[in-house]
Amino acid sequence: MTAFIAMAVLGAFLALVLAVASRRFAVEVNPLVEQINAVLPGANCGGCGYAGCMNYAEAVALKGADPTLCAPGGVKTGMGIAKLLGVEASEKARSVALCHCQHLNVKTVALYSGIQTCRGASLQGLGGGWLDCRYGCMGYGDCKAACPVGAITMSEDNRPVVDEDKCTGCKKCQVACPRALMEVKPIDKHVHVLCHNRDKGAMANKICGHACISCKKCEKECPFDAIHVENLLAVIDYDKCKNCGKCVKVCPHQVIVNLRDQRRGKKEWPKADNTIPGETLTEGRADNYAPNEPPSQKQH
Amino acid sequence: MSEYFTLLFGMIFVQNFVLNQFLGICPFIGVSKKRDSAIGMGLAVIFVMALACFATMLIYKLVLQPYGLDQYLDIISFILIIAALVQFVEIVMKKAAPDLYQALGIYLPLISTNCAVLGSTQLRMTEYAQLGLADALAHNTALGIFGGIGFTLALFLMATIRERLELAPVPPALRGIPIAFIAAAGMALSFFGFTGIV
Repeated sequence: MTAFIAMAVLGAFLALVLAVASRRFAVEVNPLVEQINAVLPGANCGGCGYAGCMNYAEAVALKGADPTLCAPGGVKTGMGIAKLLGVEASEKARSVALCHCQHLNVKTVALYSGIQTCRGASLQGLGGGWLDCRYGCMGYGDCKAACPVGAITMSEDNRPVVDEDKCTGCKKCQVACPRALMEVKPIDKHVHVLCHNRDKGAMANKICGHACISCKKCEKECPFDAIHVENLLAVIDYDKCKNCGKCVKVCPHQVIVNLRDQRRGKKEWPKADNTIPGETLTEGRADNYAPNEPPSQKQH
Repeated sequence: MSEYFTLLFGMIFVQNFVLNQFLGICPFIGVSKKRDSAIGMGLAVIFVMALACFATMLIYKLVLQPYGLDQYLDIISFILIIAALVQFVEIVMKKAAPDLYQALGIYLPLISTNCAVLGSTQLRMTEYAQLGLADALAHNTALGIFGGIGFTLALFLMATIRERLELAPVPPALRGIPIAFIAAAGMALSFFGFTGIV
């Protein structure tokens, strides 16, 4: 009986204390934060630049951050937040990751048997890794491991292939790649320079069949002044690029690719289709060249 | 003073909650993936253990012992007290110290009903209850703090090991939790060497 009374009193006392405390020490939270948080996908991917969805919701509600930063949520989430805030959201195109290397006939200069990750391999030698190209994809799949949605698969020749329907543009692969080859670009931009090699032309030509040799043909061809060779590498100004694809045709090393054809017919918004992962990028490549055909040397 | 030192050494190395008494294995495996979260969890455990040891000793001396309930009501009342206490501290901390709440907040509810915390309050309760009130409180609170430090040490060491294991070529069948258990077993064995020192 004593035990029963003691427990009842103890329980009632603690309940009272907690009830009083929750009233007394209540913290007022802006209801808008909760509402915005409910709209966000809740994946806490960090792609927006904030620590998690809740932090981003706070930043949007209280500090006036851009409501369209959520890549996984995309347009829907952006519009949802804008509705809550009572502002117009500019519709932002979805962004997807793309590997900026399509190396061909690159020699292996050393046998690497250390930790089987790109980050481990990139620490070897003079910052060069075992691959002759100091800028190229090493193919251990750090990007694949980092991808939270399983959008990246490694092709047979150990190159990352992005399933653009699955990719949410969270930039995790961009951070994971020690050579910064995975870049997240808007999906409505189809023309890309798939090389990061900043070696001089002759050197780059020797190293890789698909290296930018800074010949500047693309620069001369572009009617919109959108592509320039900067520090021995062609770089596209995506604000000016109109996807005309003229540079693709003149590039002697097929470094610049046009992804328009492979993306044609696909809806802008991801749908639950049954595309075989790994097909997307290789299809586009096949438009430009046969995969194993050696680069023509005549043009130089 | 020397008894506190003995207690410190004993709670960290000889009677380590995780590695010797096998209490609190859940957070030991669950939160030991990164060093940062291991430290956060460890600090929260030290905090909660100290508070719990203090509060339960107070109740034990003032309520349970005088009414002769200490024989059978200790565990059930202690778990109630600890859970309510953690809840209370969380509410107050959210208001009074938002920064601390940010650092510890997510770990606090996790350990409110953890067996390591309950174990720390039970470990020497009857022994210390023979002392006077002030002495008993001091001793038990010290035990909580030191036990928490021991837990933090084990958790931190485990986190460093597991961070290395991420890079190691582990056979597929053992990846993740299984290899963590094997590493934990190795750690427990090495800490077993301290047995009998204190």
